[in-house]
Amino acid sequence: MVRIETRQASVDFPIFDAKTRSLKKAVLGMVGGNISSDDRKVPVIQALHDIDITIEEGDRVALVGHNGAGKSTLLRLLSGIYAPTSGSAHIEGRVAPVFDLGVGMDPEISGYENIMIRGLFLGMTRKQMESRVDEIADFTELGDFLAMPLRTYSTGMRVRLALGVVTSIDPEILLFDEGIGAVDAAFLEKARDRLEELVKRAGLLVFASHSDEFLRRLCTSAIWMEHGRVKLRGDLREVLTAYKGRDPWLDDAASRA
Amino acid sequence: MAVTASSNAAWAGARKDLVAGWRSRELWAHLGWQDIRQRYRRSVLGPIWITISMAVTAVALGILYAGLFGNPLEQQLPYILVGFIVWAFISGCILEGADVFIKNEGLIKHLPAPISVHVYRLVWRQTLLFAHNLIVYAVMLMIFPQPLDWSSLLAFPAFALLAVNGAWIALLFGMASSRFRDLNPIVGSVVQLTFFLTPIVWIYEDFLNSDNPTIAERARLAEINPVLHYIEIIRRPMLGQETVWHHWAVVVVITLVGWAVTLWAMRRYRTRVPYWV
Repeated sequence: MVRIETRQASVDFPIFDAKTRSLKKAVLGMVGGNISSDDRKVPVIQALHDIDITIEEGDRVALVGHNGAGKSTLLRLLSGIYAPTSGSAHIEGRVAPVFDLGVGMDPEISGYENIMIRGLFLGMTRKQMESRVDEIADFTELGDFLAMPLRTYSTGMRVRLALGVVTSIDPEILLFDEGIGAVDAAFLEKARDRLEELVKRAGLLVFASHSDEFLRRLCTSAIWMEHGRVKLRGDLREVLTAYKGRDPWLDDAASRA
Repeated sequence: MAVTASSNAAWAGARKDLVAGWRSRELWAHLGWQDIRQRYRRSVLGPIWITISMAVTAVALGILYAGLFGNPLEQQLPYILVGFIVWAFISGCILEGADVFIKNEGLIKHLPAPISVHVYRLVWRQTLLFAHNLIVYAVMLMIFPQPLDWSSLLAFPAFALLAVNGAWIALLFGMASSRFRDLNPIVGSVVQLTFFLTPIVWIYEDFLNSDNPTIAERARLAEINPVLHYIEIIRRPMLGQETVWHHWAVVVVITLVGWAVTLWAMRRYRTRVPYWV
């Protein structure tokens, strides 16, 4: 079964850099013989508070919120990268996180080799990747460039390669952080079909994005994050309407009329 | 996968990390190879440079120290060579181990992989480097044959012990230094110092059997250095010297204690690593 459940999960980041100053203070303070225990504590940023979320198999969840609202941190909590500092998170299923298209890519090695490595990172086996490499190569339309080192690629070409690999896997839990840009429109149209197929294959999806259009095509429900808390959880249209302050479906109707 | 604050402390979590990491052999084995090929990309000789640099260092130091100590070259050179090869593995595991999580920050923050994956990759890469250096050893055997016999096979379990120790050291030092960044330079200095305190260029037994009682006394102090025992368990079989079991005993005890401490640390701090890096 594929499922994610969090109970009162919080994520607090210790900020050690900020302490260097107070460490000096602590040493200086020691001479005076007066340091309270508070001064010594590492400053903490509370990124997520009391997150209670259950996502079941088949759910297609959009994640919306302003910059710094905790979307990316929430995705990392749901993927198991961050264990909650308090509360609990249970993740059942194989997680394929797509947060940064560049991670695990090596500029010095060829496109083909990068396809293999990126696939292995996403939990595929060598065999699975070998059987898919041709299909990925076709999709990327990079041709002979695939034998070239990745550093010779333009940004758009890298995105094509990364999207080609990502959309070829069979994830149980697909966590997507918006990082799709710098691709030409025709390619994006093609990627969109593949993304939709990928989402259909996935057991469940959580998609953080600022693009209404993408969210409406791929998601059915939504979570609105604000200041590290879940502000609203519910049907996609209801949440988007509350978040935007207007109904995006009506906008469409208006613009078509 | 269950991630709970209250179960962070469970042994099961630490064990699971090690087992799940081991299962992703395909990934870390591939990356380990990649690391080596990467280092010598675009060089004509490629990874053979590893072998060549080792040969140059060992031969040069062999000739130098054979002269300085007045030892015959056929004794000094094999000793230094094998010592150097083993030292390269040990110091590689410690130095890169202290950096293992910091260096993989991007991967750790983007992929929910067991942290042990990065450590297995490191130990595997060091093993491959070691294998490259064994070529120098093989050439040396042809020029200066050593009295190898069946007990030389002990070099295999000895290397296995070295690798098992490399793993706990990298895990423990990696976790500690991702939290306390001052540890990294400290480890660097200590490792460099240890090189001089360990019988690699100087022959331990010569000093131990020295006519001068003060020197013999001093030489006995070298036993306090744990690295001496690690070097001895593998260098002795590789040079066809008789087995000294107390070195093995020391290594086995350190291995058990080291892993016990590492498992305890993993139990408590494994899930903190993504926060610290």
